[in-house]
Amino acid sequence: MAQPRADAPSKIILADSDLHRVVDRIAHQILEKTSGATGTVLLGIPTRGVPLAHRLAARIHAFEGVDVPVGSLDITLYRDDLRLKATRALGKTELPAGGIDGLRIILVDDVLFSGRSVRAALDALKDLGRPSSVQLAVLVDRGHRQLPIRADYVGKNIPTALSESVKVALTEVDGADEVRLIGGLK
Amino acid sequence: MAYLLKDVSILGGSPTDLAIVDGVIAGDAPEGAEVIDATGLVALPGLVDVHTHLREPGREDAETVETGSRAAALGGYTAVCAMANTSPVADTAGVVEQVWRLGREAGLVDVQPIGAVTIGLAGKQLAELGAMASSAANVRIFSDDGFCVADPRLMRRALEYVKAFDGVIAQHAEEPRLTEGAQMHEGEVSTRLGLTGWPAVAEEAIIARDVLLAEHVGSRLHVCHVSTAGSVEVLRQAKARGVRVTAEVTPHHLLLTDELAAGYDPVFKVNPPLRTRSDVEALRQALLDGVIDVVATDHAPHAVQDKECEWAYARPGMLGLETALPIVLSVFGEKWDLIADRMSIAPARIAGLTGHGGDLSAGTPANLTLVDPSARRVVDPAELASRSRNTPYAGMTLPGRIVATFLRGEATVLDGKAVK
Amino acid sequence: MIKHLRSAADLDAATATLILDTAAEMAALSGREVKKLPALRGRTVVNLFYEDSTRTRISFEAAAKRLSADVINFSAKGSSVSKGESLKDTALTLQAMGADAVVIRHSASGAPHRLAGWVDGSVVNAGDGTHEHPTQALLDAYTMRSRLGRLDGLRVAIVGDVLHSRVARSNVLLLTTLGAQVTVVGPPTLIPLDVAAALSSRTRVSYDLDAVLPDSDVVMMLRVQTERMQDSYFPSAREYSRRYGLDMPRMKKLPEHAIVMHPGPMNRGMEIAPEVADSPRSTIVEQVANGVSVRMAVLYLLLGGK
Repeated sequence: MAQPRADAPSKIILADSDLHRVVDRIAHQILEKTSGATGTVLLGIPTRGVPLAHRLAARIHAFEGVDVPVGSLDITLYRDDLRLKATRALGKTELPAGGIDGLRIILVDDVLFSGRSVRAALDALKDLGRPSSVQLAVLVDRGHRQLPIRADYVGKNIPTALSESVKVALTEVDGADEVRLIGGLK
Repeated sequence: MAYLLKDVSILGGSPTDLAIVDGVIAGDAPEGAEVIDATGLVALPGLVDVHTHLREPGREDAETVETGSRAAALGGYTAVCAMANTSPVADTAGVVEQVWRLGREAGLVDVQPIGAVTIGLAGKQLAELGAMASSAANVRIFSDDGFCVADPRLMRRALEYVKAFDGVIAQHAEEPRLTEGAQMHEGEVSTRLGLTGWPAVAEEAIIARDVLLAEHVGSRLHVCHVSTAGSVEVLRQAKARGVRVTAEVTPHHLLLTDELAAGYDPVFKVNPPLRTRSDVEALRQALLDGVIDVVATDHAPHAVQDKECEWAYARPGMLGLETALPIVLSVFGEKWDLIADRMSIAPARIAGLTGHGGDLSAGTPANLTLVDPSARRVVDPAELASRSRNTPYAGMTLPGRIVATFLRGEATVLDGKAVK
Repeated sequence: MIKHLRSAADLDAATATLILDTAAEMAALSGREVKKLPALRGRTVVNLFYEDSTRTRISFEAAAKRLSADVINFSAKGSSVSKGESLKDTALTLQAMGADAVVIRHSASGAPHRLAGWVDGSVVNAGDGTHEHPTQALLDAYTMRSRLGRLDGLRVAIVGDVLHSRVARSNVLLLTTLGAQVTVVGPPTLIPLDVAAALSSRTRVSYDLDAVLPDSDVVMMLRVQTERMQDSYFPSAREYSRRYGLDMPRMKKLPEHAIVMHPGPMNRGMEIAPEVADSPRSTIVEQVANGVSVRMAVLYLLLGGK
């Protein structure tokens, strides 16, 4: 997909306080929709899905005192576009001690776009065990799905043009919390 | 056929006219002589190679006497000495006469056969050296090249025996026990590449032994393809003592180093192997000093399948005839007297080829070559006249182009092309 | 990423570290029930083995299969190779078959370099003559890093027939690239010329194993073939074993944390005493297991991308 140039104009969609509110809301929605997050595991998709999953777990703990196990699920080896790009380094796959069999898995990612990453994550998950159900939480849904996939929890819907890109920054990885829309502006 | 070479520079001297009439250099050209504008061209006595592999009989897929002769003429040669390691080996009067006759039939250069020292190059028993000497081929150089005459007693006998007919033993100096399985020069690069080393001492030890033997029995010794700085020192001392030893160096040992083995392309595999930069420097100085007497090509054609393979399985050797003079020019520049001596006069003397290596004075046989020193040529293996393609110089730009070569007054090369 | 792995010298520190990190992820994935990963689906890996080496071949085969590649074993026995087909003709055959990678084991040093000139796919050196065996060095480095936590500054002694050892050459190159200090130890007849100049200036040479052991974090024992005796590299197996074999009293000279490695197959009683080979300090079995993860990493990084 076409990437905007690095020096393309950008604007902030979510500043840090907005981003924190959005994370809080997703945490609340998870609690609500899963009846208190029991039997639930949060699996972040590297890179930024992992810190997001940890933040969600921390907020859930803060709100209800529940400890939700957190893990990471690297999807690199399952991607359908491996051969279109230079070889990628692998991220970490770390499952919580209790594993995933028979549990409700919530996949966590920063941006939902074509849906191909989520498909890869579902394939990866299937090789790791058999959850009772799988849900999806994303910070931003920018549209343009290429597969029949939708998120169960969406922080913010951002309608975008294909020529634009959405860049999520998180303190743990990027040193700041914000969401930017890059390119496509006059 | 008569020729008039207009405004030619003899050995780099001022432009003059040179006439060739009835096979000899003449004072004046007769009416109707073909005039060649030689402005800017240098005339050299026809080059003489004391170390050529023509592969016939036996490996006509790699080279024949005819294709090798053509390559030689195109390289400016008027005489080549054909090594004995053919199949069958040139260890009888019959084989050397066959090679000699094939050379006459090709008629492009004088092909002077070298006879084997031992039967089948096996290093066990002397071949019939006298029969080869008195054959039509009139053999004077004897060599087991490819193999060393390693047995010191046998070497002594050979050196002594050939005195009867003023022969010379040309030794391939390689102590075989020190070079078992050897693939390249032993040193830093062989360690890195994991290839079995060919230590310099294996050459130096044999040369040291042989100069002592030659001194002891008062014989002539010729040392093939000297490749190390240590060998140069051994030769320098022997010559200072008055030992009758002569030595040759190849163009590739004057230019290339063992670093070229790094890609494992066997086009750089040769025996003795390419050595180090300091060896190259010592060899150049030795040729300038006269410690090494001649440049000899060790022209060693090999069929494609013998080089397009793993390094260890490849045959050693490189083409040389068509690139020798350009390499020497690129290394030493236009030192024409040096070039004439080391590539024509001295080799003709060592080989006993009286009609070659002359001074281009009137009345001498018209064996000469015309060189355009200002021309540059990119070496393209596909353009070589040799039947083989194993040149290590592919893609290199070299100075000097052979414009014409004359063998006893007949042009073998004109306008840079072989006449037949 | 590099295209071929012909020599450990093809790897700079960053690339070598990426391979080791990737191998660690592969090792983690190998622990699970479904071991197969889809990354190399539709890719063809040819194992071209001119020398018998079942252990190396099955290690590469397992690695390729776990990444879902199609594996073709082309061994010298029972194929046209034994009928004298040249390496070049074999290469052209593999090329026509669409091999994405060729893993080659050959008795001639440099055969992988030649092969890389004749095929479009990646070439992985699985041992060439007395030259190199880079994936062995990678798995050795991986084993050291997982046991001792680092490679930078590690003091490694490589002991034995360094002259004929492809394992030693690759290890010296790779370990020094990754910051280790390597000492090659053996009788002078079995230490190649100019080893520091040839391979790495961070290499030292010693002829005295007892002097080196107390300052070593790792001691790697090389297989010594008894046939070397016939060529007078050393007088007898007994003398070799006494001077350069690792037995219990010698192992006690090592620091507490030091490990003992061997690329296998071992000559028990020659270069290594059985009780040393079976001691908890020995990583010999681990090395074999790590071999698959490291080779998965290499194949993925060479073939996974564009």
